[in-house]
Parts: sequence; C-alpha cells; structure tokens
Amino acid sequence: MPDAGPALLIEGLRHRFGEHAAVDGIDLRIEQGEIFGLLGPNGAGKTTTIRVLNTLLPIQEGRIEILGHDVRRDPMGVRRRIGYVPQQLSIESTLTGRENVTWFARLFDVPRKERTVRVDDALGVMGLGEVADRLAGTYSGGMVRRLELAQALVNRPRVLVLDEPTVGLDPVARDGVWQRVEELQEATGMTVLLTTHYMEEAELLCDRIALMHLGRIKAEGSPAELKRELGPDATLDDVFRHSTGGSLDGAEGARGIREIRRTRRTAGRVG
Amino acid sequence: MADAVVIAEPPIWRLFPDRVATFCLVELQKLRHDRTEMFTRAVQPVLWLVIFGQTFNRLHAIPTGGIPYLDFLAPGVIAQSGMFVAIFYGIQIVWERDAGVLTKLLVTPTPRSALIIGKAFAAGIRSIIQVVVVLILSVVLGVTLTENPLRILGAFVVVVMGSAFFACLSMTIAGVVLKRDRLIGIGQMITMPLFFASSALYPVAIMPSWLQALSRVNPLSYEVDALRGLLIDAPSHLWLDIGVLAFSVVVGIMASSLLVGRLAR
Repeated sequence: MPDAGPALLIEGLRHRFGEHAAVDGIDLRIEQGEIFGLLGPNGAGKTTTIRVLNTLLPIQEGRIEILGHDVRRDPMGVRRRIGYVPQQLSIESTLTGRENVTWFARLFDVPRKERTVRVDDALGVMGLGEVADRLAGTYSGGMVRRLELAQALVNRPRVLVLDEPTVGLDPVARDGVWQRVEELQEATGMTVLLTTHYMEEAELLCDRIALMHLGRIKAEGSPAELKRELGPDATLDDVFRHSTGGSLDGAEGARGIREIRRTRRTAGRVG
Repeated sequence: MADAVVIAEPPIWRLFPDRVATFCLVELQKLRHDRTEMFTRAVQPVLWLVIFGQTFNRLHAIPTGGIPYLDFLAPGVIAQSGMFVAIFYGIQIVWERDAGVLTKLLVTPTPRSALIIGKAFAAGIRSIIQVVVVLILSVVLGVTLTENPLRILGAFVVVVMGSAFFACLSMTIAGVVLKRDRLIGIGQMITMPLFFASSALYPVAIMPSWLQALSRVNPLSYEVDALRGLLIDAPSHLWLDIGVLAFSVVVGIMASSLLVGRLAR
C-alpha cells in the first residue's frame, strides 16, 4: 500500500515552552525520496520541530502530515512509517547489538518469520554483522550510532528522521555514518530528514536544506541554489550569515557546550 | 533491502500481550548478561530472615497464632524483596529517559499504556527471580513451605501483581518528580514505611489503630496475606487479596500511563 502525498508537510507550526516560542511559525514541504537537511545553531528549534513531527510532543498550533497521515489524528500510523534516531546516543548497554535490534523489531510488530532476516539485514547494512553478539556496552560511539540506525531501519521506514546524527563522533565515525545513510537512501529511495549544524556535511549529503534560526526558517533550497543567490564564491556559512545576521559558530552559546558535553558523557557511558 | 511495506496495526488484544512479552523477554536477556543485581539484592532478605527472623523465632514475642515466627515472616520478606525490586525498577524509567532510550520507545507504535504494562510486568519478572532466591533460602532455614506446585505458582502470580503495582507506583512518582536525584530519596523514603505499615513483620491485630488503618490501605498487606495463605497455609482472605491487588494494578497502570508522556518532554 503506497502512501500518497509528500513525505512531510508542515503548515504554520508553532511550539511554545512557557513564554518562549521554540518554533515560531514554520512551513515545510519535503518530497518522497529527498535527503533534506534542517540546519541551524543550537536553540534554533530544529529538535523541537523533530519532536513534534515524530509524536513525542503534542502539536500546539499548526498541522503536520507525514505521507498523507495527519500526525495529530493518526500518531500510530505515523510511528509505523518513520524511523527515528535521537540526538543522544541511546542503546541498552546490557543487551547485545542483535538483542537491541530484535527488541525494536518486536516493538514494530515485524512478523516472527521475517524477524531474523530483517535484523541480520539491518545489522549488516550498518556494518555490525561481525560484532552483533557483543554487548552494546562495549561499542564505540560510532558503532552505537550505527546500531541505533539499525534499530530504526529494522522497520524499513519510509521516512528516516535523524536528529544531529554525528554530534560527538570523531571524523572517521562521522564519515562512516554519513556514507551508510547515503548508500541506504540510494538503495531504498526512502526519505531522509536530518538536522545538523555541520554546514559542510549538509552540503555534501542533502538534496535540499532549510536554514533555521530562532524558531523560523530563514532560507530554503538546494545548497547550490542558496549559494548562487549570494555570488560565485559564497559558502553555506555565508548564506547562513546573510540570512540570519549571525554566524553559525558564533551562535553556539553556553547551551551548545553543555549539550555537547552531555552527548560525550553518554557516549562514554555506553561506549 | 526490499520495498518498504507498512506493517498493519495488530488488533489490540494481540498488541498488548505482545508488548508485555517483549518487555519481559528483554528483561530476562538483560538479567542474563548482568547478574550482579540479583546477588546484591539478596543481601537484605537474608538479613531479615537470618538475623531478625531467627532471633524473634526464639523470643516468641510476636503472637502468630501458633505458626513459628520464621514461617510467619518468610512470606513477608518475599513480598518485601519483590516490592524493593519493583520500586527501584520503576524509578529506572528516569534513567532510561536521561539516556534517551525512553524517547525511542515512545516513538515506536506502542501505546503508552502498553509500555507501562510491559514495564510493570517486566518488574514482576525481576521480582520473581529475586523471590526464588528468598524461597530457597527459607527452605534452607527450615521454613515449612507448601509442596503443592499450584500454590507456588499462585504465589508467583501474587508476587507479579504486587510488583506490577509497586512498579507503577514508582513510575507514577517518576512522572511527577522527573528528576533522578530527587527520586532516589523518595524511593528510599517510601519503601520502609510501606514495609512497616504492612502485615509483613507482625500481625495486623497487634498494631496500634492508626497503623492498622495504614495497613488496610497498603497493597503490600494484601500481598503478604495472600502469600501466607498460599505458601504456609495460614488463614487468609485470598480472593479479597487478589481483588485488591488487581484493582491497585489497574489504578497504577492508568495513573502512570497518563504521566509517562511528561518524561518525554
């Protein structure tokens, strides 16, 4: 049963925490099969947007559809169609890699007779076949992240949602994650929505990007389009500075450092 | 990978048992990989049975209706050790939230109530493992336990119900308090009063009236009463006990299901 419509449709989304509007009226349309990047500094509202569209937070104002399924009316239908990897490295360290993935296969109601094959597939695609029966607590940060991708993929989602998938990883592990996401997208044609604040990554990987700042979308288009508008030698960093009046690095305040530290701590604990 | 086909929503009568089985299975897998907790948690019941139990067994200070005190105490300690495991287990949901695992669970097609029920029964599984240790110890110390396998099975069912309730109780508190350092304090604050305000250590009849009143609304008392009836054949009110436990479990599940979403924010 193919789902019609765009992979993601957001209309007039607003989300407040008390007085503070974390997401301040955004519209977004992502077609099926795109790799779409949501870019911006910490505190731009990327994670809140993700947490509303994946049903973790209630929709306060606005409307979201995923593959034609209204997130407010049919949260279960939405959950069955998306794979989600949160920013924080999070696996069960006293289970093996395989057990971690099988657990999620069960939670997504993967039929018993397909389960073993799908779990092996997901682990294999993420390059974890060899270490699948080791305790996940012995994995490195990059392996944990790939294990989480395997957990999200075991359901064969139509839309893969990745929140800052490479924060806290070393460059080699980061490349490993991106390369696999790209291969996977090519092989399956699934839609990938990711957030990041690494401009160069977004530029290499994404078909289209949206620049987010203070809860609003400031610019949207393919990386090439966005740069062309500014001039021949413009970089995405320039685009960002131009459309927000601030630099991406400079916008990283105390909160950013704390978050990175937290991610590192988690990585240390699980890896 | 082959084409993505969206898996249809299973009917609710299959979904819930399936999720509960999944969480119980994962719990057993975790226990298999890390058994330390099983042993560290056996220390307290050993102290209660070996030191407290054996001493009072000699004193004959507590009127138990002709039952040796150690026999009287064993079901109480079984219920207590199950309760400790369950309360701690429920509190762990805050660790899972801090580690991000809970977030991922809440995005799977698992209704919140199914998640809570799954966790509650997984706590029951942990308790059962603990209870087996205490049961063996009781036999070693000379407690005359029933040899009827159906009664022992019944006792396990009672322990699972009691533990499911206490896990829900602590998950409810977790949903209110949200902060892990505060929770540890609260966990320790409620376990001992629940234990002392129950019939685990002494019969209700010898309590002062205010404590009797507390004991009457404490599900642990009903768990202990049922276990005494089943394990040492003491006079009990089995159906009332099971009714109260079942009611408590249902209320606990509803309360914590409503609050667990708060942990995702």
